[in-house]
Amino acid sequence: MSDIFPKWTNRLPALVLAGVAVMGTAGVAGAWYYFTPKYTRVGYQPIQPVNFSHNIHVDQVGLDCRYCHNGVEKSWYSNIPSSTLCMNCHSQVLKDDPRLALVAESATTGKPIPWVQVHKVPDYVYFNHSVHVNRGISCVHCHGQINQMDEVRHAQPLSMTFCLECHRDPAQKIRGLEHVFDLNWQAPSPTAQIDEGQRLVEEWNVQKLDNCSTCHR
Amino acid sequence: MARASKTVNGVQLTAPPQELVREPLVANQRGLGWLSDAVAGISERPTPKWWWPAFLTSLGLMTVCFAMIAYLMSTGVGVWGLGHPVMWGWAIVNFVWWIGIGHAGTLISAILFLLRQRWRTAVNRAAEAMTIFAVMCAGIFPVIHVGRIWFAWWLFPIPNANSIWPQFRSPLMWDVFAVSTYFTVSLLFWYMGLIPDLAVMRDRAKTKLKKFAYGLFSLGWLGANRHWSNYEKAYLLLAGLSTPLVLSVHSIVSLDFSVSQLPGWHTTIFPPYFVAGAVFSGFGMVLTLLIPLRKMCGLEDVITMRHIELMCKVTLATGTIVGYAYGMEVFIAWYSGNPYEQFAFWNRAFGPYWWSYWIMLSCNVFIPQLFWFKKVRRNLAVVWVMSILVNVGMWFERFVIVVTSLNRDFLPANWGYYVPTWVDILTYVGTFGLFFTFFLLFLRFLPIVAIAEVKGVIPQADPHHPLGGAKPGAHH
Repeated sequence: MSDIFPKWTNRLPALVLAGVAVMGTAGVAGAWYYFTPKYTRVGYQPIQPVNFSHNIHVDQVGLDCRYCHNGVEKSWYSNIPSSTLCMNCHSQVLKDDPRLALVAESATTGKPIPWVQVHKVPDYVYFNHSVHVNRGISCVHCHGQINQMDEVRHAQPLSMTFCLECHRDPAQKIRGLEHVFDLNWQAPSPTAQIDEGQRLVEEWNVQKLDNCSTCHR
Repeated sequence: MARASKTVNGVQLTAPPQELVREPLVANQRGLGWLSDAVAGISERPTPKWWWPAFLTSLGLMTVCFAMIAYLMSTGVGVWGLGHPVMWGWAIVNFVWWIGIGHAGTLISAILFLLRQRWRTAVNRAAEAMTIFAVMCAGIFPVIHVGRIWFAWWLFPIPNANSIWPQFRSPLMWDVFAVSTYFTVSLLFWYMGLIPDLAVMRDRAKTKLKKFAYGLFSLGWLGANRHWSNYEKAYLLLAGLSTPLVLSVHSIVSLDFSVSQLPGWHTTIFPPYFVAGAVFSGFGMVLTLLIPLRKMCGLEDVITMRHIELMCKVTLATGTIVGYAYGMEVFIAWYSGNPYEQFAFWNRAFGPYWWSYWIMLSCNVFIPQLFWFKKVRRNLAVVWVMSILVNVGMWFERFVIVVTSLNRDFLPANWGYYVPTWVDILTYVGTFGLFFTFFLLFLRFLPIVAIAEVKGVIPQADPHHPLGGAKPGAHH
């Protein structure tokens, strides 16, 4: 068959195999890295209309999360505070600062500040804030160390895998209610976390809740 | 009629009566060389006049199919006639119909091979090609009926960012594995059988491109003893692998229905009844394709009247099994004393879709009974029309199963009447374009009869035949 196939075709099978291996690996690795919420969501940090720093308000001033997000323990929704709430302090602190002009205006006119939403779950996902924070899931688990952020950043993928990791084994995350809003708190050791987590899971009768209809109702 | 007799060693030997002599598998004492010329010549001769209009029509219809799918994807499943309570419509009917047609190919190539049915050699190549293209058409429907087609890959067990696996306990998942296995094994079987014939095409090829292409796919076949020995073993192994697939694939398709708890679907007879129906429709399609094909390609001496007759007999047998299954379903509905089951079957025969039930019974059970008569089996025009009616009937069988079981739910508040839309109809018609586009390309570029295998069953291949044996100077 030498008159049909030139000599270089002897190398063809090896080249094809190598090509398939390289392209296949590249395709899988590319999809693995770029097509998951770990890449598409984490790090999202839009510019907000007011340069509000959680770092200053929580770590320096010492505000509790619930001073502003006061619905989080009672509602499925963790509310964004109204601008009048900001004015509780800012009618006296930095009251003429131009960086707060929009807040003052909003408080006077009642027109809300157009904050850009950072954390979103799809509309086919049912998520309830109150049930999580009342059963030992801290803000930090989903939102990261907001207390250290000047501008809010998407810290966790909030993918289905992310939710299921905890729903399938709640003991690894659950903490005492006194630590839920302390974003700097960590269990003294990983084993202490598991022990305490397992104790709380039993005490509160926390179920694994990994049925589809837990979130997709 | 005087019977020839002769005396050998004092024993008088009489030739068998004329009507007991088997017709040879290749007629008119055609030889080995003629066979290569006749089959390879089909794709070597200039394109016949009928080919281009047929191909362009098929191509146009295939475009219609893809246009309908694009419309479905861009707009949503609302473009189909589905609606409460009939949530499965033409898409599932067409899926089951096409996949059923595919069964003849594997039955002919695998089961008839293991049963030493030598007549299979003339029809197996075309039947296997038909299988592959029919499974391709079938595969379209489950993928597009999921609605959000871009999520269809969730059917495959791939590790994903949702940390979940598909529901392995669902028959719809079993379908994915059954159909994809079936397609893969059929394709491999078909391709492996093609290798010696592709080598023939390569050796006869005149142009450089043809030499290269046929040479590439014939994998360096030289017809050496070692090649044949490996080939025969591999063929037997693949036949062994495919044989359970003939039974498993349509059994699993039937479980899509029978695992659910709907009256009319929830019956244990479904797997064998579906397999018989699949073979029945497959042979119908093989006859529909091969009767014109043998004429247009000048293969009347290879695909003989004997072949046509044998296929008619398989059709008769499987059609009768299907008829028995219909009868048994009705009997069990009565015998079970279950009012819901009884209502489902009463509704099939006399409900709003009564006409589909009677078309099904006529085409699948009554009309094939004509194949009892040799006169009918030997009349090509009648056989051809009946073969088409077989597939009309089998399409309506799936329509009856899918739609009449759904349209009358347990509560009259959930009763409805399903009507397909023009998108449903054009998608189905379009799949014929897909099927025939591939089939016509197959006709044009590949040997449509297994040359090497037919040579093995030709009368001259028998060393005791007057023209056969490896005599010095014999023509090959």
